[in-house]
Formats: sequence, structure tokens, C-alpha cells
Amino acid sequence: MDLKIESKDNAVTVYLTGEIDHHRAADIREKIDMAIERIRPPMLYLDFGGVTFMDSSGIGLVMGRYRAMQLIGGKLIVRNINPQIKKIMRLAGLEKLSVMEKGGVTNEAN
Amino acid sequence: MKPINEMKISFPSRSSNESFSRVSVAAFVAQLDPTLDELADIKTAVSEAVTNCIVHAYKEKIGMVYITTSIYPDGRVRIKVKDKGCGIEDIEQAMEPLFTTAAGERAGLGFAVMQSFMNKLKVYSKVGKGTTVIMEKKLTPRENG
Repeated sequence: MDLKIESKDNAVTVYLTGEIDHHRAADIREKIDMAIERIRPPMLYLDFGGVTFMDSSGIGLVMGRYRAMQLIGGKLIVRNINPQIKKIMRLAGLEKLSVMEKGGVTNEAN
Repeated sequence: MKPINEMKISFPSRSSNESFSRVSVAAFVAQLDPTLDELADIKTAVSEAVTNCIVHAYKEKIGMVYITTSIYPDGRVRIKVKDKGCGIEDIEQAMEPLFTTAAGERAGLGFAVMQSFMNKLKVYSKVGKGTTVIMEKKLTPRENG
């Protein structure tokens, strides 16, 4: 599947799209980790703007990348999360890690 | 109370069926005219239950997953997800947030998500026989247009 990974000014941004579940997580993980290893950026942004569905597999994905970035002394920020994704991230306590970008919540009309 | 409508699906525990299963349940529930949030909650809970069957119940092998979705006159939706896999030794422990026996990057949040996104959750399991998860959500009644 397509995963847009952009590297600019010491930061890598990954634009996630479609549905994130256990089936797709492994592939996404592998591609992001390859980019982290190759570029070793101080900053990694995970952009959820194009994500239409996410279950707790997405939490594993974020937590794993958080740890990977810590290992290389970098930071991780998630952005453009819709209310449904925010609900799961909150449940997982991701707010405590302050990886969620402030004001980065998209307000989707229901 | 007897359901007014019901659907059953069964499929092998392949991860490619995760999307199929949650979308099927959502399509059936759509006749109740749920809100987008309610539908997203249900899809997420089903995805967690089915992923548990794939990752935990059957692990390396492939077995069947059975889903029954029932709609009740009072607007309740009841979803039963059943497997004939390895079963859970300690259900209480399995339901604790962040507890996981899986290797890799499972967050251990499956049951916590089901619990918080649905109104009711019951788990029945027998080691060596399988696990049945029953969850319910009461949908907000909508005015008929």
C-alpha cells in the first residue's frame, strides 16, 4: 500500500491513509522503521489526516515508533487525528506522553 | 426479548478478514440509522474482538470465527464473536488494560476498547475449547423523518 513519507528540515512526516488494523499495521511499521533507520531524524510526525478507521493496532504502532524515536534521541508527534482516533489514543493514555499535537484535532462534521 | 433481525457470518481467521468482518456488521447495523460515532464505535469493537481471535485464539493456525449480530426492538445491538481456539486461562487478567501475551506490538487494549466503546461486554472462555465475546450497544433513538 502507498505510504507517503516526506523528509524535510530534520523532520520526517509520515502521511497515513485508509484503515489501520492488525492486518495492515505490520507493513506500515516496517516502512516507517526503514525511514527512521535510514534518516535518523530528530523529529517524526505521524499524520493521521487520511485515516478512515483505526483500532488498537494503531496504538501499538504509535507506541512502537515512540520507543524507536526515543532510542535515537528523537521525538514523535501525532497530528490530524479525528475524534474517533483521539478517543482510542486517550484510552491508551497517549496524552500522558504528550505525543498528541495540541490543536491538531480535526473537527469532522457528523 | 427476541431479536427482530439477525445475521450470521463465519470466516477463517485470516487477518485480511478483519476489515470484512467489521464492515459487514456495520452494514447490517446501518438499518437502525446509527450516528457515525456509534457506527465507528461498533466497527472498532468488532475489529478488536476479531483480531483477538486471529492473534490469540488461533495464533499460528487458521480456524473459523463466527459472528452473530442481533437487533432488538428497543434499539439494542448485540454482537457475538465466537472462536474455537485455545481459550483464555485468566479472563480477568486478559481484560486488564495493557495486559498482553502477544509478541510484537500489541497494545493490550482490545478488551478495554470493547468495554469503553460498547455498553456491555461479557467474555466466556474455556481453555482448549474457545472463547465467546458478547457485546451490546444501545443506539440513540432517532426521530423518523
